[in-house]
Amino acid sequence: MDELLADFLAETAEGLAELDTALLRLERAPGDTATLALVFRLVHTIKGTCGFLGLPRLERVAHAAENLLGEVRDGTRVADGPLIGAVLAAADRMRAIVDGLARDGTEPAGDDGALVGQIEALRAGAPAPAPTPPTPAPAAAPAPPAPVAVEAPAAPVVVEPQAAAPAADQAVDPQVAGQTIRVAVEVLDHLMTLAGELVLTRNQLLQVARSQAGHDFAVPLQRLSQITSDLQEGVMKTRMQPIGGAWSKLPRLVRDLSQELGKPIELVMQGAATELDRQVLELIRDPLTHMVRNCADHAIEPPDERRAAGKPAVGKIRLTAVHEGGHIIVQIADDGRGLPVERIRAKAAALGFATAAELAAMSEAEIIRFIFRAGFSTAQEVTAVSGRGVGMDVVKTNIERIGGAIDVRSEAGRGTSFTIKIPLTLAIVAALVVQAGGERFAIPQIGVLELVRVGPGSENKVELIHDTKVLRLRDRLLPLADLTDLLQLPPADSEDRFVVVAQVGGALLGLIVDRVFDTEEIVVKPIAPILRHLSVFGGNTILGDGSVIMILDPNGIARAVGLAGAEERPEEAAHAEVLDMERSALLLMRAGGEGLMAVPLRLVARLEQVARGDVERSAGGPVTQYRGRLMKLITLAPRPADPAEWPAHSPVLVFARGRRIAGLVVDEIIDVVQDQLNVQLGAAGPGLLGSAVIDGRATDLLDVGYHLSAAIAGWFDDEHEQASARLLLVGGGRVAGLVPVLAAAGYGVATANDEAGALRLRDGGAMFDAVLVDRPDESDGFIRALRDAGAWRGLPLIALVGRVPAARLGQMRAAGWTDCVPGGDRALLADSLASCLSATVAA
Amino acid sequence: MRMDGSDADTIENSYVTLMLADQLCGLPVSSVRDILGAQPITRIPLAPPDIAGSLNLRGRIVTSIDLRQRLGLPPAGDAQGRMSVVAEHAGEQYALLVDDVDEVLTLPEGAMEPNPPTLPPPWSLFSRGVCRLEKRLLILLDPGRLIHPEAR
Repeated sequence: MDELLADFLAETAEGLAELDTALLRLERAPGDTATLALVFRLVHTIKGTCGFLGLPRLERVAHAAENLLGEVRDGTRVADGPLIGAVLAAADRMRAIVDGLARDGTEPAGDDGALVGQIEALRAGAPAPAPTPPTPAPAAAPAPPAPVAVEAPAAPVVVEPQAAAPAADQAVDPQVAGQTIRVAVEVLDHLMTLAGELVLTRNQLLQVARSQAGHDFAVPLQRLSQITSDLQEGVMKTRMQPIGGAWSKLPRLVRDLSQELGKPIELVMQGAATELDRQVLELIRDPLTHMVRNCADHAIEPPDERRAAGKPAVGKIRLTAVHEGGHIIVQIADDGRGLPVERIRAKAAALGFATAAELAAMSEAEIIRFIFRAGFSTAQEVTAVSGRGVGMDVVKTNIERIGGAIDVRSEAGRGTSFTIKIPLTLAIVAALVVQAGGERFAIPQIGVLELVRVGPGSENKVELIHDTKVLRLRDRLLPLADLTDLLQLPPADSEDRFVVVAQVGGALLGLIVDRVFDTEEIVVKPIAPILRHLSVFGGNTILGDGSVIMILDPNGIARAVGLAGAEERPEEAAHAEVLDMERSALLLMRAGGEGLMAVPLRLVARLEQVARGDVERSAGGPVTQYRGRLMKLITLAPRPADPAEWPAHSPVLVFARGRRIAGLVVDEIIDVVQDQLNVQLGAAGPGLLGSAVIDGRATDLLDVGYHLSAAIAGWFDDEHEQASARLLLVGGGRVAGLVPVLAAAGYGVATANDEAGALRLRDGGAMFDAVLVDRPDESDGFIRALRDAGAWRGLPLIALVGRVPAARLGQMRAAGWTDCVPGGDRALLADSLASCLSATVAA
Repeated sequence: MRMDGSDADTIENSYVTLMLADQLCGLPVSSVRDILGAQPITRIPLAPPDIAGSLNLRGRIVTSIDLRQRLGLPPAGDAQGRMSVVAEHAGEQYALLVDDVDEVLTLPEGAMEPNPPTLPPPWSLFSRGVCRLEKRLLILLDPGRLIHPEAR
């Protein structure tokens, strides 16, 4: 049964029961205005709601009763016996209709003319001279049959142990209300807190028990442990509500906007039953509403414009929600005009968010993320619907506040989609326990992408660019924050340390820690008010051993180290980091002369040293072999044509865009500084943006875009064909390490935890250019499911396999796999992807 | 918790006495929730020096304030080995780290006097008044001020 209807039935059954007692009370004390007001309100509520739901019988009876009660309220009639009797009769009739509705899902057939006639007759015979208003009264205009949502009451949560909809075999049952209980939210929150405390106590007990061998508690403790977990899960469930609750107002909103703006719009909602914690639900309600409003107002074109563009006149907004691990992914997609990239670019320049050169060097995906920046709003005129100054920056802040993340994709003329990832619950999170400077800390696992061991015994090591610590992580330079430095703790005695790679907003940040312990489920407790100013902590918690530890907030740490404002997501980013635009990290160097030159560090993919012997001459200038590819070397100052006359080693800044790379040869890398990028003089010559005082010294700012596009034709053109290839990576945590690799290679990467999740994506209408599956099941069930039917039938499907006998590889190809690649061999994977994807284009 | 007149009077004038660098101090019993022996205290990096850390009070996380630091007294060495008085203010509990906790005293009416004008800060900031006991003076501390010194 429709969930709205189920809620209505439960509420109405409760309301009718209350109405009976109130009417009887009113009969005994006709002058009791409080009771009269209650009676009137109960009837009015029923009438109002069934008007919404299109229940004409119920509405007619309620309306008649309300008119009668209205006269009592207005003082033109007293609540005498016949009047109470008539209203009670109306209540009984309403109950009968509600029961029928609960049984069949529709109003039972029947005629209420006699009852309504009686009530009207009672009114006509009124002692007061009040004329009978014509029926139906204007207030009861025919209800629109549209599927309009009723707003659920905000404060109480309806706990539904079973669906409120009765099964078909239930007889006429006046007990609709008995199946759900309204519980005050505070009670549930308190239960949740208690369950959390119980979990902690249980953990403590288990820890004590483990240290004492051979005691008698083992069995009861085991039982206690199990019950505690079940209890916690049960209490969590009581707080779970379908996300549809946050969507309930949207159909109405879209319908109203559609009429107001003269654009036909269809709202499609999928996954409304996906459940999440009510606290989270409340927090995302407003952002979602805002975004749907934006879609209708800005994104969807007027019908004639749509027709001219060859699109159906009716615009479509699609809202989907799916579970994925401990998260919910909510997507809001429209088929409108897409985000106006050029206008955003111009606005970003006008607002000084980035210099023209930086903007020129950014991909469209990077540009459109400016909409998340504070103070950004592109609506050219303020419309009645949106553009009231609350922009996407507020949406982003609200979502990040609850540990979520938001991203946007847009295609001109095809539409825009926002993807929001939010945790299921805020109360209990999985966290990684680490140690730095002798203290333990918890890091919420939601943002942790991988752990890298660094130090003498590892192939990875922390490098210094002057005093700035960075880590070469595959194809990127990862900015690092050393927790012992940041938190002013004593330095570690061991050089063997770990880097926790965390996602912060859209950027990556490595946290250097001394040790990594296990992951634990922790109950997040807010930090004491007198410590709220410590933004590097997101809360505190009690571990299983009873000790208190602080929970680190990677967002706060990023702000503390100046990485805030990073809008980039690693999926599409060609560069590892974006530093705060107002205080950019600049790489200072010397190239061809004594003067200093600067390049924003975020544009540089890697720093390399190229030996003289590795430079080769080609017709287009010097080149070198870099990671199996030929990389063009750009020299700023004239260098001898024969590389043999070059210095023994030359520092090279490697730039990457999509799959293209180029190296800029410099004489010396001097430092990395954090400074305001404040260009003071005009361009001193081609290839320079101008001069600025950086770190107290006059410095030329290099126009990287100029040099790259001069050296390599089409440097900025290639992103569409290259970067737009979207991959689905199936295999959850096992393949998490591949995501940044593929993203660095210019692919858009989405992930699914398992094959079932992938199929859900397919059935939800998601589309990719290729699907990669880590260690697919031996039975070939998944590949058959994909190849036999559905939109993904013709996609390249690549299996990432472990050590597999050759015969099995043959079987797999026969089953439909396009290619089978050993999971660890990234070069082979890159080749396979390139050939599979180009084959698709050719086909 | 409601009490009738006589008990309320007693509570009103009852103080938990404690030692801070050889000075006898008192905290009103009405604001004290617990007395703790030596506790493991987790340090909080970057916190002000008068925040000793946080501790686990029966599943509740309580921030520990080192009263020696707050009153500008010389440090007493290891914070871990000292006693704490848990006080509640504005719904939040805080553990006030002290050298020693003595007893609960009911002070006679009229024994209390306002701060002598010469009492130096920060004592003057945190003291509600002074009480003349037979042998020595007792400084009556204001728990609200100790927890939120900036609030006036």
